[in-house]
Amino acid sequence: MSDRLFGLAVIVVALGYILSATQIQTSFLSDPVGPKTFPYLIGGTAIICALAIILKPDAEPDWPSLWTFGKIGLAVLVLVAYAYALKPFGFVVPTAVAAGLLSYQIHPAAKSASLTGIGLSVGLFVIFKYALGLGLFAFSRSWF
Amino acid sequence: MDTLSLLADGFAVALTPSNLALAVIGCFLGTIIGALPGLGPSNGVAILIPLAFSLGLDATASLVLMTSVYYGAMYGGRISSILLNIPGDEPALMTTLDGYPMAKAGRAGDALVLSGVASFTGALLATFGLILLAPVLAQVAFKFGPAEYFALYVLAFCTLGGISSNNQAKAAIAACIGLGIAMIGLDNVTGMPRLTFGSMQVMDGVNFLVAIVGLFAVTEVFVFIESHGRESALGVKLGKITIPWRDIIFTFPSMLRSTVIGFFAGVLPGAGASLGSFMSYTAEKAIVKDNSKFGHGDPRGVAAPEAGNNAAAGGALVPMLTLGVPGSGTTAVLLALLMTLNITPGPTLFTDRPDVVWGLIASLLIANVVLLILNVPMVKIFVRILMVPAWVLLPGVTMISFVGIYSLSGSSFDLLLMIGFGIMGFFFRKLDIPTVPVILGILLGNNMEDNLRRAMVISGGDWTYLFSSWIAIGLWIAAVVGFVAPMFLRGVIKRPQAITD
Repeated sequence: MSDRLFGLAVIVVALGYILSATQIQTSFLSDPVGPKTFPYLIGGTAIICALAIILKPDAEPDWPSLWTFGKIGLAVLVLVAYAYALKPFGFVVPTAVAAGLLSYQIHPAAKSASLTGIGLSVGLFVIFKYALGLGLFAFSRSWF
Repeated sequence: MDTLSLLADGFAVALTPSNLALAVIGCFLGTIIGALPGLGPSNGVAILIPLAFSLGLDATASLVLMTSVYYGAMYGGRISSILLNIPGDEPALMTTLDGYPMAKAGRAGDALVLSGVASFTGALLATFGLILLAPVLAQVAFKFGPAEYFALYVLAFCTLGGISSNNQAKAAIAACIGLGIAMIGLDNVTGMPRLTFGSMQVMDGVNFLVAIVGLFAVTEVFVFIESHGRESALGVKLGKITIPWRDIIFTFPSMLRSTVIGFFAGVLPGAGASLGSFMSYTAEKAIVKDNSKFGHGDPRGVAAPEAGNNAAAGGALVPMLTLGVPGSGTTAVLLALLMTLNITPGPTLFTDRPDVVWGLIASLLIANVVLLILNVPMVKIFVRILMVPAWVLLPGVTMISFVGIYSLSGSSFDLLLMIGFGIMGFFFRKLDIPTVPVILGILLGNNMEDNLRRAMVISGGDWTYLFSSWIAIGLWIAAVVGFVAPMFLRGVIKRPQAITD
């Protein structure tokens, strides 16, 4: 079932891809193949393979429980928030929080997770800033 | 003699104090990366590329560093295979079959030393193979026109999908996804934006480093959250380390045979080190007279896959350097490094930048010696590092990946894209879809299309031009065979699964 759904999704995306490839502007400076053919070929191949998967799917993978999916979703949220926080808040605080939360999710123990977060954040900052010379800011510049 | 003088020049490049230091650092980091489960050579090299780049190293220096990491990771993979029964990276899977039983029988130290020597033999001989074969192949590659290159790219995707995945259709879809992503951005010929959906951020195309780090490193975090971080407690005792001369002499013929097999498996575009270790082990089991102890701690079963996988690692560099087509996932990452450094691999690399090629080869030889020293007398240090629990390691890897990508572009958009690739990688892992073809597609997509279009310009739009030379026809046949044959062989050759306690 999962394979069939995946195949269906591939077909939809590939059709959309081909459709948007028809919109590619060509210029007078073109060659016999042009900028559209290769995307068409890719989309076409993908559709053929997707049909093959729908006709002959593999055994069902063992999906994690809904609870685990929730945890992974939470991890994604943490990472997205981290991606946005890195610029305005500097390196140390967002890294400590994000690393601590991820650590907690892999091994739910509050004490070791918070120590991991703080340790990684400070340790990596020292390595990046002073050993590798990257232009990182420890804290938000507006705080001081 | 010409080769020797070029090699001497190479040593002059590689033996500068800074390059030598980088080689040692690279070997050390590489062994750690290989040894830690969940941090294989591909993602190890991938997360280090942005950092090497922001350090401002020149082309040769970054190559020395990264190939040392690459070779080091190939050595390191065996440590956790033998001690934990968890392959540190994919090619080391075969080493668990006999390495772990040997360790359980109280010979962990012997297994580590033996596999270290086997790795050294495989990697050293493969580097000599590279020295002999690469210039020859580079000469052949001069005969390649756009039609041949296009066929070669098709061959790479076919062998990658056919041999190293369980389902050809899925591998082909993965390749299409990669190629499709590569099309995004400005068209090389017309200069018009393609498939950007009006977004300025992807005007330059999707950065392949973002995709690589996302698919390899971020995915791993999700996998570990799902599995709650496998317990990595040492199940076996590691006593004093001595050199098992008798085993080394006894298994030496196995090492030599496996080196040959592994090297050629590595040269095959798209196949790589996993295939090398798999084939060496299977062949060794078939060749030797008394194979009843295989799977129960036969020293030959430890030596063969390790020699094979390290030889394949060297072999995989041949097509990458001479043709610009990587032979494995990790060499695909190294190709990404070359491309970021503005070095175009291919036959011209040998004539235009001999300093890079021969400096690289010389540093591989140096790296091998360094790795033998690190991995035999000093192996206990790495065993210590193996104790780092997953709940420290994985967050650490994630943070390094984020900082690496962030220091490249400084944009949150690339970080979000990386997370997206990480999610994609997780679902692909679950659905048994290989991710290496995606990477290869993103890396090679534009070259592949350019060659197709150039071929059509030459022929005036006549598609039969693609099959107009014997080299091209040979490549097409190899591609079809590489893609189709494994479907029929699947019943005959079965990948053995890791043994459980």
